[in-house]
Amino acid sequence: MILDSWGRYPQTIATVLEPLDGPALERLLQAHANEGEMIARGAGRSYGDSALAERVMSSRFLDSFLSLDCENGIVHCGAGVNLSTLLKVVIPNKLFVPVLPGSKFVTVGGAIAADVHGKNHHLDGSFCDHVVGFNLLLASGECVYCSETENTELFYASCGGMGLTGIILDAKLKLKDVPSVFINRQSIVSENLASTFQILEENHASTYSVAWLDCLARGKSLGRSLIFLGEHANNNKFETKPRRGINVPITTPSFLLNKYSMSLFNSCYFNLKKLLPKSDTVNYDSYFFPLDNIDNWNRLYGRNGFLQYQFVVPAETALASITQVLERVSAAGKGSFLSVLKKFGKANKNWLSFPLEGYTLTLDFKREKSLFPLLDELDQIVLEHGGRLYLAKDARMAESTFKQSYPNWEKFLTLKESIDPDNLFGSLQSNRVGLSIGKIKNDNKDSKRA
Amino acid sequence: MKILVIGATSAIAKATARLYAEAGAELFLIARNEQRLSELANDLDVRGAKISGHLALDLSKTAGHKKALEIALQSLDKIDLALICHGDLPDQTACETSFKLTQKAINVNGLSTISLLTILAGTFKSQGSGSIAVITSVAGDRGRQPNFVYGASKALVSTYLQGLRGALLPHGIHVLDIKPGLVDSPMTAEFEKGPLWSSPELVAASIVKGIRKKRLVIYTPGYWRLIMMVVVSIPEFIFQRLKF
Repeated sequence: MILDSWGRYPQTIATVLEPLDGPALERLLQAHANEGEMIARGAGRSYGDSALAERVMSSRFLDSFLSLDCENGIVHCGAGVNLSTLLKVVIPNKLFVPVLPGSKFVTVGGAIAADVHGKNHHLDGSFCDHVVGFNLLLASGECVYCSETENTELFYASCGGMGLTGIILDAKLKLKDVPSVFINRQSIVSENLASTFQILEENHASTYSVAWLDCLARGKSLGRSLIFLGEHANNNKFETKPRRGINVPITTPSFLLNKYSMSLFNSCYFNLKKLLPKSDTVNYDSYFFPLDNIDNWNRLYGRNGFLQYQFVVPAETALASITQVLERVSAAGKGSFLSVLKKFGKANKNWLSFPLEGYTLTLDFKREKSLFPLLDELDQIVLEHGGRLYLAKDARMAESTFKQSYPNWEKFLTLKESIDPDNLFGSLQSNRVGLSIGKIKNDNKDSKRA
Repeated sequence: MKILVIGATSAIAKATARLYAEAGAELFLIARNEQRLSELANDLDVRGAKISGHLALDLSKTAGHKKALEIALQSLDKIDLALICHGDLPDQTACETSFKLTQKAINVNGLSTISLLTILAGTFKSQGSGSIAVITSVAGDRGRQPNFVYGASKALVSTYLQGLRGALLPHGIHVLDIKPGLVDSPMTAEFEKGPLWSSPELVAASIVKGIRKKRLVIYTPGYWRLIMMVVVSIPEFIFQRLKF
């Protein structure tokens, strides 16, 4: 079947395997061992080509819970359990997931493979910093338990390892105690980039923080933003009442998204939000996952899909480099509905994890021919300032860009070669950036640039 | 709520049981594969259910039914809802040249369910309340060329339920016939999926709603009622030439 991920670019023809449980997965792995590349896939919520390969091993049915230890706050569940379900199960026990990315529809396996981060990275680190351990099925068919004390190298390689070391079957996570699942949200308006940084620095102690940037504002207003800070409320509420979202039923024509419509949207959003109350208390769902309320929002970008460009730059050079990026994007007349700026805390020990101490900016662009040269230029700015791109969002970074910015790639490749000598595991992405050496057997013409 | 789930490891049963688990129901589970069954029991327990027991049983062997249902009743004490979900999609082409395969399909999808219903009818009558819900299929509404063995076995159950519903009405027992359309589950792994396919989770939500509202027959998703109305109204002399 034709398969793509959340950005709907690129597309590839893939065989999707959906084993019913661990033993069935093992059997399928053996049966397909000699047929070329394979990659594990969770909910397909990564944006680019990291969960695309000729053969895809879906964790769809690995969605069972094994245990929940409320006393110690440890949950053990299958890799295919998504964070929405996980929250629903743990919240009634007054527990919470310590790191939540922008979508609750990602799976636990995917969150580990991409070592996802959330609005509290500056204090609490990324998802894998709260992983107790996991069972990993290697190419040899052997299943090993990895943690910070057992199979340590494999643990640090697999956390953020994009599924290239093996298939995560189930994982144990450390949950956190919270006084409520409601969030006291404080909204602050910032009129330019320098003040955005200042506000984020000043509020370093705030549990959650994120800035929504109007990336089309120019000149003096460049980098104007709305900053949302959050703390768990103190009201002992543990409700998980689902909100009914709206759906985008069809793929809308991409010309509807142009610089005029986006500029209009951004200005309206910025000015309307300015009028809203400066602080309020909202349910965790609306604080952490505002976009999950719109099912299939990726369809708004049209048939050609979109690319999400997320990079991190070290704190010292962040203001200069992000200014440069925003100016370049603005000059190119490209815009993005969702530009999100976030402060990162210290990097962890994982070999290929994305976060570095500094700032990360996320931009969405609809896919069009003229986008790719622009992104190549942005890559140069990011590299010059010692930054890097997020593999879970990436669909086009060059091998040299990757290798220059992820210093552990060689160590990773050496380990991968020792545990997967026949190159069973690999994705379109890993082939592109040189993390696997499988042949690219991608038949789809669409996978070529634009 | 005390619920007996038969064929509990099937995709639709699992999704439905999970919804009841979240609501804190007490469950007894029956399915064929012991390992998957205990995995499911564990999963439902974490999700908030009280598991009063589970039993691995090959449901195609009707001789074991009476004993199994006795154990279930003993563990649950009372059954508010019996949900029958087991089934198997046979290879139509193979069935057409093998009566043995056809017999097997009709046995597992049709007769085994009727054996369970016969016993359950008695249990529910003496209880004087409760719901019996059975998953059949839109395929039972009309015999179509690509799957008439499966369709016939499901039609057998649907017709049986129509009569049973009336027979149990004076006893205050609710009988629900659930007719799912195309569901993306392990049973249909071999098929190319299109826009008419729906997830087991969606079907599960409408089953829970149908049971709560004491519906008699539900199509899930709802638009299948319309589709099947059209399919059923096609005159036979035209229908015989249709291959869908």
